[in-house]
Amino acid sequence: MFRKTCVASSALVLLAAGLSGCGGDSGGSTTLTYYIADAAQEDVATRCASESGGAYAFNIQRLPNTAAGGREQLLRRLAAEDRSMDIVSVDPPFMAEFANAEFLRPFTDSERQEFSRGVLEGPLLQSTFRDTLYSAPLYGNTQLLWYRKSVLAKAGVDPSKGPVTWDQLIKGATQAGVTLAAQGRRNESLMVWVNALVSSSGGSILQAGSENLPAAEVKGGLDSPAGAAAARIMHDLAVSPAAPAGFSTAGEEDSRAAFQAGNGGYMVNWPYVWAAFDSAIEEGTLPANFKDDVGWAAYPRVEAGTESAAPSGGLGLSVSAFSRRQDLAVEAIRCLVSAQSQKEFMIKAGNPAALAAIFDDPEIREKFPMADEIRTGLDAATPRPVSPYYGDVTGSIQTAFHPPDALSPGTTPREANQLLEDVLSNKRLI
Amino acid sequence: MSTTTSAAPPRAPKETRAARRVRLTDRTRKERNLGWMLAGPAFIAMVAVTGYPILNAIWLSLFDFRLTDPSGREFVFLGNYLTILTDGLFWQQFGITSLITIVTVSVELVLGFGLAMVMHRALYLRTALRTAILIPYGIITVVSSYAWAYAFSNTYGFVNGVFGLGEYDWFGGTWSALFTVCVAEIWKTTPFMSLLLLAGLAQIPDDYLEAAKVDGATAWQRVKRVILPNMKAAIMVALLFRTLDAFRIFDSIFIMTAGAQNTETLSFLAYRQTISRVMVGLGSAVSVILAILVVLIAVMFVKVFKTDLSQQRGDKK
Repeated sequence: MFRKTCVASSALVLLAAGLSGCGGDSGGSTTLTYYIADAAQEDVATRCASESGGAYAFNIQRLPNTAAGGREQLLRRLAAEDRSMDIVSVDPPFMAEFANAEFLRPFTDSERQEFSRGVLEGPLLQSTFRDTLYSAPLYGNTQLLWYRKSVLAKAGVDPSKGPVTWDQLIKGATQAGVTLAAQGRRNESLMVWVNALVSSSGGSILQAGSENLPAAEVKGGLDSPAGAAAARIMHDLAVSPAAPAGFSTAGEEDSRAAFQAGNGGYMVNWPYVWAAFDSAIEEGTLPANFKDDVGWAAYPRVEAGTESAAPSGGLGLSVSAFSRRQDLAVEAIRCLVSAQSQKEFMIKAGNPAALAAIFDDPEIREKFPMADEIRTGLDAATPRPVSPYYGDVTGSIQTAFHPPDALSPGTTPREANQLLEDVLSNKRLI
Repeated sequence: MSTTTSAAPPRAPKETRAARRVRLTDRTRKERNLGWMLAGPAFIAMVAVTGYPILNAIWLSLFDFRLTDPSGREFVFLGNYLTILTDGLFWQQFGITSLITIVTVSVELVLGFGLAMVMHRALYLRTALRTAILIPYGIITVVSSYAWAYAFSNTYGFVNGVFGLGEYDWFGGTWSALFTVCVAEIWKTTPFMSLLLLAGLAQIPDDYLEAAKVDGATAWQRVKRVILPNMKAAIMVALLFRTLDAFRIFDSIFIMTAGAQNTETLSFLAYRQTISRVMVGLGSAVSVILAILVVLIAVMFVKVFKTDLSQQRGDKK
């Protein structure tokens, strides 16, 4: 009998221990759970924790690698009012969705001033929703046009001499027998490309003012000359000999691989590739002098006379509305996005800082010779549509604009617009 | 050899419920009670953890409900079902799901039967052979999907190199992408099929085969006239299990194509509405439809093809 009671009570104790473990308050009251999107964030966090003199420590949780995967995990946990989350890394286009659902703690006016000081216009713009700051910008991002200097003469298109158009690049790359790498894969990177093309010819995926409308009333802006231009360029590249093999399944890393290959010529991609070239050289997969052959320029134009709207990306740090240590989280964010942290992060991860001053830092200028182009790009960058229903918007665009070789300027814009509006008003599936 | 040898005993005449109740002895009743006492707690736990979510999903499927917009929740009755059933995408994905199911289960049946024969007849290294055959089934689907995705990759995969296909992009077209998904599925689950068939093979008394041999039956005739008819129940159970499983395919497609190139299946449709779009109502409705289809498949197997599930337990001999 004693044995039975003993077993039963041990089981209860274990169960209770298990349940309290689920409560999420692991590691004491000064431990902040920090969801990171990039491994380099952890190094910065470690330094901040040690500098805090024990005021806080971090329990680091890594989000999935893909943008969509990160969004889904945050969304699921925040919707479940997960109180174990304190600081979350939010990809800017998803911020409006979270903010609208009241998942994020808005920064106060004084905090807003503090986190906006010295921040470039592009990254700041995409951290605010309905004139409230929800994310402290950690880094801003924009794509550049990368080229191999050795192919320029044969291609007859030299981006270093002035802005170039997509049409010129496709023609030049074809002529030189080299590739023009872009991201044709059906994921967020396709949305980035479509948005850049549409914005570069003065259009927009959603009509102005849609961020405050209920989903069913949101109107798309794709059925326009800008939408047609985007579809035409994507199609023309996909069917041209300049498209790298596997174009419709190529993400950023596939583009980099195509650019590094023997027939690599041009590529649009984020600045992280510069640091990635270094890693490849260290590993011995690229020759030591590879970077001497690489040049960069502003994102290609759609129309020769209109400045391009480069893609905009980045990352912001937000405080979960369900966190029980919100003030401490803000305190920690002060260190995580400080100038020193942003510089450290830029050097480690290769992602551009959001603070303007970092671009004047001698060490940064030495490591990133394209710092000026990145900074200009960040200013000219056009964020993806700000919408509380961004998941539907990007899902519709990714469906309608894929595969790129099947697009038609005559039909794609209208169909894409219709799909977008139907999905938002719950009439169709994606 | 003109007659088919069958192990199935003649069916007993149907009993009425009342007649059966009368014949229950004390012992049977006690055994039955003991059975309930033993299985009862597990049964209640199962109902609690599966019954509630199922009922909740059915309830949610009647709403237009976006997780990020709880205040916009609206009762639409069967509106979501109407949206789904009138959308071409649903029927296209139903077609893709059915195609994958039919192709993979058919190929697995043939291959699985061959492997079951090998495992059954092997004289040497029997354990090692069975283990080797079963290894793919022990691998997590996501891991095997990644392995196949890398194998078919046009940048670092070995498939193109082995077959001299250059930079052919397997995931760039619907049919080639579906082919890779089917290969991954077949590789992963054929061992399961062969395991179920092996159980059926083991139930065939050697006497039947010996008698057939004495009668002068060739190897093919023995398979066709003795083995297959006696394995019918095991085959049907194996087909039922695999069909239900294959119809819910998700992992391989999620990893290998992420649903691009029209390779999405019904499970993927449910995932996209529920998880990506957080349209909980619409997603629940897709899930309910998927569940109904799975039940229909099970009913079809049990009623139309007269699959006898008790055979697998060895109740009948």
